[in-house]
Amino acid sequence: MPLDPAFVGRSYPPTPAYEVGREKIREFAEAVGDANRAYVDAEAAKALGHPDVIAPPTFPFVITYRAAAQVVQDPELGLDFTRVVHGDQRFVYTRPVRAGDRLSVTCVIDSIKSLAGNDVLSVRGEVHDESGEHVVTAHMTLVARAAEGE
Amino acid sequence: MSASIDYDEVEVGTELPAQTFPVSRATLVQYAGASGDFNPIHWNETFAKAVGLPDVIAHGMFTMAEAVRVVTDWVVDPGAVVEYGVRFTKPVVVPNDATGAVIEVTGKVAAKLDDRRVRVDLVATSDGQKVLGMSRAVVQLV
Repeated sequence: MPLDPAFVGRSYPPTPAYEVGREKIREFAEAVGDANRAYVDAEAAKALGHPDVIAPPTFPFVITYRAAAQVVQDPELGLDFTRVVHGDQRFVYTRPVRAGDRLSVTCVIDSIKSLAGNDVLSVRGEVHDESGEHVVTAHMTLVARAAEGE
Repeated sequence: MSASIDYDEVEVGTELPAQTFPVSRATLVQYAGASGDFNPIHWNETFAKAVGLPDVIAHGMFTMAEAVRVVTDWVVDPGAVVEYGVRFTKPVVVPNDATGAVIEVTGKVAAKLDDRRVRVDLVATSDGQKVLGMSRAVVQLV
């Protein structure tokens, strides 16, 4: 069954706050082998104009991917996650994520298309800090490959 | 937010320093832990082959993280990246040996935009195959 385009525009409740820790940023930066001082040294980050250490550009995905579980596991939507691959990913930043942020994600289904039998689902994650200011928007496209024989 | 690259000194076609990033099975296990993405296609060869992949593959988000380092190392302040997007076109296949795989990334200024911003287009390849498409970052320069 293809996904129902009636779900386009559906918005999910904001997630509970995710608190961004300094050591989590360090762990992530080490995992991608990135030695930029702005990720681990508060003084280096301040010299660049940031109030504390900042996270690498793709770090927000750690939070938005978790939030998108609401969408991919929505029983009403009925996405077959075993057939899903990550099609594309884009971030639009108001500012970098930084240590001490308490971030909440609101997921919205932006589009549902059928291309060559595959379902193409675009989910937007709007990330806001505790004061309600926008931090980053993550746009994720998932492709659910057609089942065998379809 | 400041970057160390002067907008006026950059032209369309300006090349950013290219970089190569090694990726081994150990790298993928470490990235899985740091990112929380424990999909077995990124660490379990038997599982990866059972779902039709040639071998274990790198997380697309790992490749995306490596590619943008060409940009952040160039501008110094990672906060200067105001937009970044990629398409995952081919997987980075990571064999279980001493060397693993290598991701090669080049970048060049593709457009000068308003507000002293530029668009950088990145090309990421592994084993001769282009692994990212439409890989673009918008960067705030000074």
